[in-house]
Amino acid sequence: MILARIVGTVVATRKDPRLVSNKLLVARPMDPHGKAEGTYLVAVDTVDAGVGETVLIVSGSSARMAAGMKDCPVDAAIVGIIDTIEVAAGD
Amino acid sequence: MQLARVIGDVVVTRKDENLTGIALLVLQPIAADGSPSGRTLVAVDSMGAGVGETVFFVRGKEASFPFYPTEVPADAGIVGIVDHWDLG
Repeated sequence: MILARIVGTVVATRKDPRLVSNKLLVARPMDPHGKAEGTYLVAVDTVDAGVGETVLIVSGSSARMAAGMKDCPVDAAIVGIIDTIEVAAGD
Repeated sequence: MQLARVIGDVVVTRKDENLTGIALLVLQPIAADGSPSGRTLVAVDSMGAGVGETVFFVRGKEASFPFYPTEVPADAGIVGIVDHWDLG
């Protein structure tokens, strides 16, 4: 899984029927220190996250194991809202 | 599988219910000489690993297999704690 910050929302009227009523958010992956890295991605939200929050994103086929995502065409799902990240000194 | 060092942990209160009770650790993949190699990631832990330990982990859906039959939404999971490794 990756850490990411939610930076926006996506509105899509025309989409796969299995995505109807799922919330889509734009996320920016980050390292444990909060530094942005990599490219933006669109993730389906299963935990009611919002813009500005730090979240845990599961990618690939595992994203379909998130609650309510069975058989949905998704490859990134938000499965947790981060409270704190603790990193060992020097890392 | 890939070698990594556990560099931290993550506290997540609001999460997918199938992640309840599962430790989430921050991993730094490492090269053969132990130096950092690639981006950090968060992995589920079924082995009881701790910060500072060297572990190996699987990527992909297989990360959820240690928790079978619970379908844990995870794409990286620690499956072993390394005692030591040798190169040829």
